[in-house]
Amino acid sequence: MRMVRWLAVLPCLAVLVGPFFLNRVTPFVFGMPFLLAWLVAWIVVTPAIMAVIFRFDPVNREDGQ
Amino acid sequence: MNSAMVGIASAAILALGLGFLARRGRQMGLEQWAVAGRSFGAPLVFLLMAGEIYTTFTFLGASGFAYGRGGPAYYILAYGTVTYSLSYFLLPPIWRYAKRHGLFSQSDFFIHKYDSPMLGVIVSLVGIVALIPYLVLQFKGLGIIVEIAGYGAIPTTAAVWIGAAVATAYVMVSGVRGSAWTAVVKDVMILLVVVFLGVYLPVHYYGGIEPMFAAIEQAKPGFTALPERGESVWWFSSTVLLASLGVFMWPHGFLSIYTARSARVLRQNAVVLPIYQLILLFVFLVGFAAILQVPGLSGPNVDLALFKLSVNTFDPWFVGVIGAAGVLTALVPGSMILMAAATLLANNFYRAVDRSATDTRVVGVAKLMVPVVALVAVYFTLQGGLTIVALLLMGYSFVTQLFPAMILSLADNRWATREGAAAGIVAGVATVVAIGLTRASIGTLFPSLPVEIKEINVGIIALVVNVLVLIAVSLGTRLLTGNHRRPAQAADLT
Repeated sequence: MRMVRWLAVLPCLAVLVGPFFLNRVTPFVFGMPFLLAWLVAWIVVTPAIMAVIFRFDPVNREDGQ
Repeated sequence: MNSAMVGIASAAILALGLGFLARRGRQMGLEQWAVAGRSFGAPLVFLLMAGEIYTTFTFLGASGFAYGRGGPAYYILAYGTVTYSLSYFLLPPIWRYAKRHGLFSQSDFFIHKYDSPMLGVIVSLVGIVALIPYLVLQFKGLGIIVEIAGYGAIPTTAAVWIGAAVATAYVMVSGVRGSAWTAVVKDVMILLVVVFLGVYLPVHYYGGIEPMFAAIEQAKPGFTALPERGESVWWFSSTVLLASLGVFMWPHGFLSIYTARSARVLRQNAVVLPIYQLILLFVFLVGFAAILQVPGLSGPNVDLALFKLSVNTFDPWFVGVIGAAGVLTALVPGSMILMAAATLLANNFYRAVDRSATDTRVVGVAKLMVPVVALVAVYFTLQGGLTIVALLLMGYSFVTQLFPAMILSLADNRWATREGAAAGIVAGVATVVAIGLTRASIGTLFPSLPVEIKEINVGIIALVVNVLVLIAVSLGTRLLTGNHRRPAQAADLT
């Protein structure tokens, strides 16, 4: 299950590459300009992804460290 | 003394009081003073890391940047996403190594990894040079808060001196444990204040968040996205990368890794820390609300946006509450930075000269260095001239130069040599300084490149120079010395 660690690539790509395609003010999402809403969405999604990694990464069970 | 000043003074006294309490009943050896005996569980490490990442910069710098530049400010919201995803993988090996070798500072790490005391001195120098603008930024923030929230009763110069004195006293009595406990109070206060302001101000002035952004879009089309040229998408992406690699390269950021009880604690934090970034959204909302309400601030004065708007909107007692939160956001990270710089000077410079020094003596020297560092920072603060964001980006350009040598030292296959690491860091820092002094950008250095490349953050050029020199010198030293330890690899390289 160490493969699960590769999920961490997603937030990095979303934030570093995403803006090249999503740099716009409208449409507003939850009242926010589109680009801001995209970045905020990833702040919410990233902990969920990291939690999945934490849960399934064997290292957190084996050595207890 | 008005009611705003009462709030601000209480915050400073509270911070000092908690510092004294945290100290009670413990002998302060170097391990206890600097890394709290490596005893912190996930909640305290979380607070310590959040405490130093969310600073005056967040409070005044981020709102000011949103006010002055609009969309490009989003980089501050974005880099944490990358940083914390990486921290899950990067911090545990650093922590394990530090624990096994009983390390106290960031340069200790480089000294042991590369078996080179000289590299330790270079790393300490980079750290101190980068910490000064960061400390200046905190003192500058303190000055702004006390001046505006005091309605002019205390001049900025006096405010800066008072803030520096409180931070110094605080660090000298309590060490890192004091920082963690004040961080608890600070985080709760800043959270409540910022969320309230970020919701209340747009509703009060515009009737909601969407109407506010619509009004800004009408007045300044495209302001809340990235501009076509200048601070474009290319600038944004490269700046996010630069900042995200730099976060844990700060000497005090590195130290907070050491305070963890276990590697697992650090992985847990990688899960929760990203959420904390949300606070920045509310800070931005305050900055955006100020655009049409307190127009006309420019240059370094954009940092005043949050407080100008607050003074126009609220009664003095509430401005005092905001000011108190602001004072804590400057004091907590300010004390961490002061302590990191003092520990560096004592452990890596003093000890290099007086090798027989006992730990007690080194702690004594470290405490003595605290006021010295504070005085230097006060001097630069009173010189003035730069915005908070400009100061921070300067510090980041310096510390990020440590990243390549750090990451390569974690690999099993250690092909980077100590000479390569040292040369890379020196070349990178020299590039940052050269670019800063000549005010060059990629455009002026290489006029024929496409415009997109020219917009990349200049800190990235320094990083590229750093890596190229590191590779070249590492290859060179391996060829010259014949690389006895890993002959197979030397063969690969030729």
